[in-house]
Amino acid sequence: MITRSAAQLAAALESGETTSAQVTEAFLNRIGAVDGDVHAFLQVDSDGAMAAAAASDARRAAGAPASALDGVPIAVKDVLATQGIATTCGSKILQGWVPPYDATVVARLKAAGLPILGKTNMDEFAMGSSTEHSAYGPTRNPWDLDRIPGGSGGGSAAAIAAFEAPLAIGSDTGGSIRQPGAVTGTVGVKPTYGGVSRYGLIAMANSLDQAGPVTGSVLDAALLHEVIGGHDPLDSTSINAPATGFVEAAKQGANGDLSGVKIGVITELGGEGYQAGVLARFNESLEVMVAAGAQIVEVSCPSFVHALAAYYLIMPSEASSNLARFDAMRYGLRVTPDGDPSAEDVMRATRDAGFGDEVKRRIILGTYALSSGYYDAYYGSAQKVRTLISRDFEAAFAQADVLVSPTAPTTAFKLGEKLDDPLSMYLNDIATIPANLAGVPGMSLPCGLADEDNLPAGFQILAPAMQDARLYRVGAALESLLTKQWGGRLLDRVPELGGAR
Amino acid sequence: MSATPTAITREQVRHLADLARIDLEDAELDHLAPQLSVILESVASISAIAADDIEPTSHALPLTNVFRDDVVVPSLSAAAALSGAPQVEEQRFAVPKILGEE
Repeated sequence: MITRSAAQLAAALESGETTSAQVTEAFLNRIGAVDGDVHAFLQVDSDGAMAAAAASDARRAAGAPASALDGVPIAVKDVLATQGIATTCGSKILQGWVPPYDATVVARLKAAGLPILGKTNMDEFAMGSSTEHSAYGPTRNPWDLDRIPGGSGGGSAAAIAAFEAPLAIGSDTGGSIRQPGAVTGTVGVKPTYGGVSRYGLIAMANSLDQAGPVTGSVLDAALLHEVIGGHDPLDSTSINAPATGFVEAAKQGANGDLSGVKIGVITELGGEGYQAGVLARFNESLEVMVAAGAQIVEVSCPSFVHALAAYYLIMPSEASSNLARFDAMRYGLRVTPDGDPSAEDVMRATRDAGFGDEVKRRIILGTYALSSGYYDAYYGSAQKVRTLISRDFEAAFAQADVLVSPTAPTTAFKLGEKLDDPLSMYLNDIATIPANLAGVPGMSLPCGLADEDNLPAGFQILAPAMQDARLYRVGAALESLLTKQWGGRLLDRVPELGGAR
Repeated sequence: MSATPTAITREQVRHLADLARIDLEDAELDHLAPQLSVILESVASISAIAADDIEPTSHALPLTNVFRDDVVVPSLSAAAALSGAPQVEEQRFAVPKILGEE
C-alpha cells in the first residue's frame, strides 16, 4: 500500500478497493515505524488525519468526492500555517505556536479532502541546504541515514523517499524543493512565482519564495499542483490565472514521445564543480531524450555565474526585514532578562535565544547589505544582476522550449560535513537559484544513481514563466523513458528501513 | 562607484546585530565575524557586474497594486488573534515598558 503513487492510491479509493481510513492509517503506522530513524516529521497529527480520512470516506460513499485526490494523505512543510497544529518553521522562536488560521495552500488541501498527516522538518526559516539548521535536529536521508536529505525541505523529501507520505508540500526560495528532491530520488516542483498563494507561508525572502509539490512521480506532482495552484486574493503577488493543464501535460508526456521538443542545455550549469557521477546520469538522460525525438541545443546564460552572489544579497536583505516580525510581543518565544527590562531588551534577548546561527548570519548580512552607504553597491547591484539573469532566460527560451541542467552539483553529503562552512553549503544551490531570481518554474526528477556512491542524482527542467505545463510534459516523458530502462522506479531501490515494508 | 569593503570586523558585526536587535554573546561574535567576511568576500564582486543603465528588478513578475471592495469580511476574533501571545491583558497584547528611565 505505502509504496503506491498518489495517483494509484486515488484510483484504489475511487474503485472502492480501499478506504482513506485504511490508507491514512497505513502511512501513520509507517511513520511510527521509521520516523525515529528518519526524523522527517516535527508533528504528527494522527487524530486530525484519521478524522479527515473518515470524512473523505463518507463523501466517497455518498458519491461526492471533493477532488481527484480526496482521501489521499499528505505531509506539509512546517513553513505553512496550519490551524490547530503547531507551526514552528524549524525555529525555537516559534516553538509551540499554534496558528489561528490556515495558509491558503493548507485550506485548499483540506477543501480537496486530503488528510494532513503532520508537519515536516526543515532548516530554520527555510535557511539551508541540509535540514541540519533545524532547531529540532536534522532529518536523515532514507538512502543513507548518515547523509543529509537536502534542504531546506529535507523533511518533505525524506517523507516521500521513506514512504511515510505519498504526497508532500515544500517551499522553494533558492532550491529548497528541488535540491532535496535531487538528493532523495524524489520529484519536486517550484511553480512560477505567483502561481501558488504565499498567504500563510512564513516568509523568508518574499520576492523569491514559492510553495510547491514534493512527490514520488511527475503525475503526482501535477495532480497536487492543480489542487494548490491558482489565484488567491489574499496574496497580492498571486497570478490571476487558473492552474490547469498540468495533469493533462503529464499524461501526454508519459507516452515518452519528445518529437519536436527543443531542449536547451545551459553551458554555465555543468562541468567544473559537478560530481562526475551526477554529470554522467545527466548526459545519459539527454541521450534518452534525443532517442525519443528531442532536439538538444546548447545555450549560454553568462550572467548565471553571478546568480549566487546576487541571491546571497537579495535573500538576506529580504529575510532580515521579514524576520523583524519576531519581536517577542505578539506570538512566539519571549525571553525576559533579569531586572526591569524594556521591550527592546526583551526583543534582543529573545532573538538571541530563539534564532540559530544560520538565521543570525543571514539577518546580519541583510542588515549590512541594506545599510546606508552600502545599499547601492550591494542590494542595488544585486537587483541589476537579477535583471541580467532574466534577460539571459529570455534569450535562452527564444532558442529552446525548456532548459535543463543537473539539479544539484553533488549527491547527498554527510551530516555535519558542511555545517560550519556556510559558503560551501550555499554552493549546493548554484543550479537552482537562477529560476527563483527570474520567477520561472522548475522541476527536479531523479535521473539515476551516481556511480561513486550509489546515491540519487537529480535532473532539472526549467520553463518560461506561466509555462509550468512544459515541465510536466517533458518531465513525465523522461521519467517514463528512464523507468522503462531501469525496469522500475528509482524509489523502489531505497534501502529497507526499520519497519516492515 | 566607491570601493566596497570585503571584510567585516567584529565591531561591525556587533553594531549590525544591535541594529537587528539581537544580543550576540562574545563567543558568537568570534564565531560569526570571520564567517561573514568569507561570505561577503564571495559576493562583493557584484557591484562591478551590471552597467549603470541596467534597470534593477525587485520582483520577477511586474507588480501592480491590488485592491478589493471596501466591504466587511469575517476576520480573526480577538481571542484567536491573541491566542499565541506571550502575555495578554484585557484583550490586548501585554508588552514590557517601551520607554527607558529618562
